[in-house]
Amino acid sequence: MTDVMSDVSPWAILIAAIFTSNILLTNFLGMCSFLACSRQVGTAVGLGTAVIFVMVCTTAINWCIYTYALVPQELDHLWFIIAIAVIAAFVQFVEMFVERFSPKLYHALGIFLPLITVNCAILGASLLMITRHYGFWQSMAFGLGGGLGWMLAIVLIAGLRQKMTYSDVPQPFKGVAIVMIITGIMAMIFMGFAGMVKI
Amino acid sequence: MSDSQGCSHGGLCGGKGKETMKAGVWITNPVAIQVLGICSALAVTTTLMNSLVMSLALTFVCIGSNLFVSLLRDVTPRRIRMIAEVAIIATFVIIFDLLLKAFYFEMSEQLGPYVGLIITNCIIMGRAEAFALQNPPAVSMLDGLANGIGYTIVLCAVGFFRELLGAGQLFGITIFETTSKGGWYPQNVVMILAPGAFITLGFLIALYNYMSGANDPDKEATS
Repeated sequence: MTDVMSDVSPWAILIAAIFTSNILLTNFLGMCSFLACSRQVGTAVGLGTAVIFVMVCTTAINWCIYTYALVPQELDHLWFIIAIAVIAAFVQFVEMFVERFSPKLYHALGIFLPLITVNCAILGASLLMITRHYGFWQSMAFGLGGGLGWMLAIVLIAGLRQKMTYSDVPQPFKGVAIVMIITGIMAMIFMGFAGMVKI
Repeated sequence: MSDSQGCSHGGLCGGKGKETMKAGVWITNPVAIQVLGICSALAVTTTLMNSLVMSLALTFVCIGSNLFVSLLRDVTPRRIRMIAEVAIIATFVIIFDLLLKAFYFEMSEQLGPYVGLIITNCIIMGRAEAFALQNPPAVSMLDGLANGIGYTIVLCAVGFFRELLGAGQLFGITIFETTSKGGWYPQNVVMILAPGAFITLGFLIALYNYMSGANDPDKEATS
C-alpha cells in the first residue's frame, strides 16, 4: 500500500462496486440487516433506498472530515470513532425525515432503520474508501455504487425468498441456512462479472 | 433476554454464571442461532489463523465493552445510551487495532477494514443492549466471554473447512498435497472466494440446527 491517490476513473469504481466487487456478495458487508429484511421485496426496496442515500451522504461527509480535519491534525487513530459518530448522527436525521414524510415506510422498516447505524455496509464503505486511497469523486462513486449493489443483492434475494415460501426445504436448512446457500450461489453468479471492469 | 431475569437482585449472580456461559456458547450461540456478526464470520475466515485472531479481537472487545457498559449502566441517560455504547465499543476496537498494528502488522494488513468493522458487529452491540445494561459487571464480563467463545467456535469451524478444502492447508501447514504442487488434492478455489464462505456457513448452521433440533416450525419467527 502506498500513500498516492488511486487513479481509477470514478465510472469504473461505480460499475465495479455494483457488479464485480459487490459490497454484500464479495465484501460481506451489511449481512445482518440483509438477512433480517429480505423477506418481502417491498421492505427490501425501502431499506435499499435508505442505504443508498445514507451511504452516499456519509461517504461524502466522512471523506471531507478525514482529509481536511483528521489528516492535517494527525488524529487519524480517532478515525473509527469519528466515522461511526457521523453515521449515527446522520441515521438519526434520516429516521426523523422518514417518520415525518413516509409513515408507511417507517412502519414497514420498524426497528431496522436505527439498525442502519450498525449496518456494516455503511461503515465499511467509509473505511474501505480510505484504505483504498480514493479521492473525493472516487469515494462518491464508491458510495453510490456500493449502495446500489447492496440494494440489487437484497432485492434479488428477497424475490427468491418470496418464491421459496412454497418450496419444500429440508427441516434443518429452513430459515437462515438456505438463505446463506442461495446467497452463495448468487455470489457465484456475480463472479461471472469479474473482468468486466478493472480496478 | 430470558437469561437476564431476576439477575439484577443478588450480588454477583452466583448461580447465574454457569447458565450465562452455556447460553452464550451454545443455546443462543450468537452466530448460529441469532445470526449476528455474520459479516466478519464470512470475510476473514479464509484461513484458520485469521479466524482465530478475529475471534480474539471480538472476545476482547466484547468483554471490555460489556464491563464498561455495565459499570456505567446507572449513570447513562436512556436517551443517549446507544451513542455511549458505540463510543465505548469504538474505544476498545481502537485499542485492539493499535495493538495489532504494533505487534502483528502482517495480520493487521490481512484483516484490513474488518478490525474497524467490529464496531458495527451486532453481537457486541446486542450483548451491551440485552445483557450488560441490566446486569452487574462481573456477570456481564462472563457473558462477553461466553459470546466470544460461541463466536470463536463458529469462526474456527468455518475457517477450518475453508482453508482445508480451499488450499489444502491448516494454519499454513499443508495437509492435503495439492495437484499444483504434484499432490493428489485438486484445489477447490471457490472455497477461498466469497461463495464458499456463504455456502460453508449455510451448511454449518443447518448442521447446528440438526444437532440441537432448534428448527421447530414454531421457532421460525425468530430466525
